[in-house]
Amino acid sequence: MNHWRRKGMNILVIGLCSAAALIALVPLILIFVHLISKGFGSLNLAFFTDLPRPVGEPGGGMANAILGSCVLIGIASLIGFPIGIFGGMYLSEFGKTKFGDTVRFSADMLSGTPSIVIGIFVYALIVLRTKNFSALAGGVALGIMMVPTIMRTTETMLDLVPRMLREGALALGIPYWKTLLAVVFKTARSGIVTGALLAIARVAGETAPLLFTALGNQFWSTSLNEPIAALPLQIFQYASSPFEVWQEQAWAGALVLIGLVFILNVTARIAFRRKG
Amino acid sequence: MKLDRVFEHVTRGFAASLVVVVVLIGFMLFKESLPAMRTFGWQFPATQVWDPVADLFGGLPFIYGTLVSSCLALIIAVPLSLGIAIFLSELAPPLLKNIVSFLTEILAAIPSVIYGLWGIFYLAPWLRTTVEPLLAKSFGFLPFFQGPPYGIGMLAAGMVLAIMIIPIIASISRDVLQAVPEPQREAALALGATRWETTRVAVLSYGRHGIVGAIFLGLGRALGETMAVTMVIGNRPAISASLFAPAHTMASVIANEFSEATGELYTSALFGIGLVLFSLTLFLNAGARWLVRSTMRGAGGGRE
Repeated sequence: MNHWRRKGMNILVIGLCSAAALIALVPLILIFVHLISKGFGSLNLAFFTDLPRPVGEPGGGMANAILGSCVLIGIASLIGFPIGIFGGMYLSEFGKTKFGDTVRFSADMLSGTPSIVIGIFVYALIVLRTKNFSALAGGVALGIMMVPTIMRTTETMLDLVPRMLREGALALGIPYWKTLLAVVFKTARSGIVTGALLAIARVAGETAPLLFTALGNQFWSTSLNEPIAALPLQIFQYASSPFEVWQEQAWAGALVLIGLVFILNVTARIAFRRKG
Repeated sequence: MKLDRVFEHVTRGFAASLVVVVVLIGFMLFKESLPAMRTFGWQFPATQVWDPVADLFGGLPFIYGTLVSSCLALIIAVPLSLGIAIFLSELAPPLLKNIVSFLTEILAAIPSVIYGLWGIFYLAPWLRTTVEPLLAKSFGFLPFFQGPPYGIGMLAAGMVLAIMIIPIIASISRDVLQAVPEPQREAALALGATRWETTRVAVLSYGRHGIVGAIFLGLGRALGETMAVTMVIGNRPAISASLFAPAHTMASVIANEFSEATGELYTSALFGIGLVLFSLTLFLNAGARWLVRSTMRGAGGGRE
């Protein structure tokens, strides 16, 4: 009797756990089905080449927002890569200390900080001072968000490089700093690239930190001192508008954005696997 | 030799700049919220009035909205995530395991603005026409399920948040469970325990601190999530027992009103809310980090 109860309980729980895995995938499938069915309909060449049109005029695209996102990611990378990679190098090579632990702790705290908080922080730091919203401020906000991911993956990847490689290089009389850059760093390169790509994928879809920094723009702009459009911002603006034409554009934008994030994620995986 | 020292110092400078940023975030938020704190003092987070016209600001509706929407998300997400974690770590054959892991990772990579877009056009209408009338009919005697079904509101926010934090809680819990040493399981199995009994007695109890940590991390993400919530919660600074009613969270009020905030006090009050949010997530993440580490460390011989 007891035996059957235990068996039954076992089967019940296994069933529930499998059901949980299935249920969690339902929203994923629904989101993709809706994205593709709504997004493809409004996606055309003009979307990639034209500026947004005023309400009431059909057509138009988000070319400026796509360009704007690229500019913002570029600025963010210029900030995030050096700090993340060299910082990670410090943590791996010299940072097995109290100070290193402080840096690791800060990295975890920063990656847990809500993106909207980073947005108002950069607003206070840059926008209040320069007195205008700018691509630069948006890029800085995204750059800050990239640092923790890159720093921690860089550290992990460098930790994996065998000691013998370092010792071999040092035994040949190569200075330590050169050993690190030319031997250790090179060996871990594909892992570090993976971390960097994942960091880009993460910030490419961020909207909240751009609301009060990059602000958005209906026209072409590549100037660092002016407000700039970004794909996620444009999606947000159009999605919350009451106009059907704009809502359709928002779906098309979402499809493009998810495609971009997807490509970055897959590239990161391939980069890692080829070497890993 | 000298260049080695230079190299060390340069890299240390880069590493230190991260610490500086975190400290600076706290400092700037504090500095910018000073006017509001001087005016409202400790009453600020406990006051319910939010009236920009009269220059009266209190953070309570937003703190309430943030906590309730996040708790709602946890109630939905925790059982599902633990189920997934147990499925992935203890039950699934390798092929299925890889597929499900991959799919949950995709779920984690979707930008939050896309969750919001989907929430507005599919989730909220579905809640309005199907789920909320059903809940009102079956559980309408509870205050949570009373009032007109708007679709857009606290329930929608809780559900979107749940979808967003499931991948986080599930993947960290899975890592925690996989770190449980294999002999733990073998001992239980050798005593004749079933799969589930083994999992309950030997695996879950061993990894419970780590699982609590994973839930904390999910909660931290839910508290600070901005875009998806802003798009589906309805943005009304009022405290209502009904989950169908529109509400506001700390993150959503900043996203919504910051650019329209006129006057020093208004902006400062929003910075104050940012400071509360930042402190809350800091506290939670520090706790989560400690919990997850205390399980993962010292556990040798886990799966993979």
